[in-house]
Amino acid sequence: MIRVLQVQKPKLILEDGRRLDGRKPDELRPMKMEIGVLKNADGSSLVEVGNTKIIAAVYGPREMHPRHLALPNRATLRVRYHMTPFSTDERKSPAPSRREIELSKVIREALESSILVEQFPRSSIDVFMEVIQADAGTRLASLMAASLAVVDAGIPVKDVIAAVAVGKADGVVVLDLNEPEDMWGEADMPVAMLPSLGQITLIQLNGNMTQQEFKQGLELAYKGINTIYNLEKEVLRSKFAEIHEEGS
Amino acid sequence: MSTENKIYLQDRTVVVPGDLIAEGNFQIPWSPYIIRQGNKYFASVIGVVEVKDSIFEVIPLEGSHYYPRIGDTVIALVEDVELYGWTTDIKAPYSAYLPASSLLGRPANVGEDLRRYIDVGDYVIAKVESFDRTSDPVLSVKGKGLGRVSSGTVIDILPVKVPRVVGKGKSMLETLSTETGCDILVAQNGRVLANCPSKEKENILIMAIRTIERESHTKGLTDRIKKLIKESLGDKSVTSSEAQTNT
Repeated sequence: MIRVLQVQKPKLILEDGRRLDGRKPDELRPMKMEIGVLKNADGSSLVEVGNTKIIAAVYGPREMHPRHLALPNRATLRVRYHMTPFSTDERKSPAPSRREIELSKVIREALESSILVEQFPRSSIDVFMEVIQADAGTRLASLMAASLAVVDAGIPVKDVIAAVAVGKADGVVVLDLNEPEDMWGEADMPVAMLPSLGQITLIQLNGNMTQQEFKQGLELAYKGINTIYNLEKEVLRSKFAEIHEEGS
Repeated sequence: MSTENKIYLQDRTVVVPGDLIAEGNFQIPWSPYIIRQGNKYFASVIGVVEVKDSIFEVIPLEGSHYYPRIGDTVIALVEDVELYGWTTDIKAPYSAYLPASSLLGRPANVGEDLRRYIDVGDYVIAKVESFDRTSDPVLSVKGKGLGRVSSGTVIDILPVKVPRVVGKGKSMLETLSTETGCDILVAQNGRVLANCPSKEKENILIMAIRTIERESHTKGLTDRIKKLIKESLGDKSVTSSEAQTNT
């Protein structure tokens, strides 16, 4: 596939009200999830959202090294979000950039609120996320991949994290931004939730939205998150459903 | 307002984190696998719900680490020899310490070479003597059947599958040992010590244990394992008799 770098803003919403990739404003990108993809990790997952592809691995809870960094009352969470050099159009330097360091922190804080870290004092839980292919929404796809991998590792959590971005493209509030909308749109708002508890673990807003647009966007995000959440649960359950039928 | 207790799930349902199990006020023991928000009870891991009358419990299906409990029998792998004891790996988030005095029955002498008794790489059957949130587990080898493992094979399994390998009232363990003729010890930290009469029987035992691990959440597993071992043993006896006729 040959990609032409666009220097001018394209029309994000076409005449028929559809978006550049043919979706309606409230439509999600196709999604695929899998758990237990790595043998060496305690828990792992692969998440695909549109063209975005993330692999996540979780190790622990295990002994904290160096020891003096261990916390006396809870587990320490160490999170690394990293983009592979081949994940973008132009080669990305493999060294952690300012953006990756920031996203690691943002993801750690969102993930930490879902894990019951108090149950493993003085230990560490290490989470690694590798962006295989980047096409908008990597932070949320990574967060979901991390959450699924944590569950796969058997670490108790309050809930599985489901997340989706909403934004504004050509004045229209749209769900699950793609790359051009992310680049040229007026606003981008990632939202991550613990759906069955009704709690938000991550919300950021880039750009401008009126109060009404914000509310509308959040409503749209809730809807999207519900769909994603059901898919996540199905994926987690499917690993054991197969043998269950066979055995009963 | 009436506080009605409602359990939404049936016995032996597979749950994932965030699944609503019950609503109301239940007298259930604290469990890391159930979280309570107001009067709602949610699962916090992938597991199976066991419902008994008005009480429910979540048995986890995933988890590669063991959380120490005082009094548990564990099989520890010696990682380092220190001045007055050994540090061992018990598959927990913490390393366990086995003091030499527990083995020798007297304090270790200064400069005594503890490698003479237990060396790095040895397996030790021990009991967890003390452990809490603030301090690492300490092991003890005082007691019958405890001490260095001198013969047999140690098989690693997931610690969450230990209850299934033992079975209700040790039914699975009895099936395994009577069918294969092996002497089996299942330690709480997910290690199984087996002393088998032959290599073939050991391989069959390992295969049976792997099957239990994979299908731990299904019904009627003991009977199927019994069948599986009988079939494999039958195959082996056929092939060995064939081999004899060939020679």
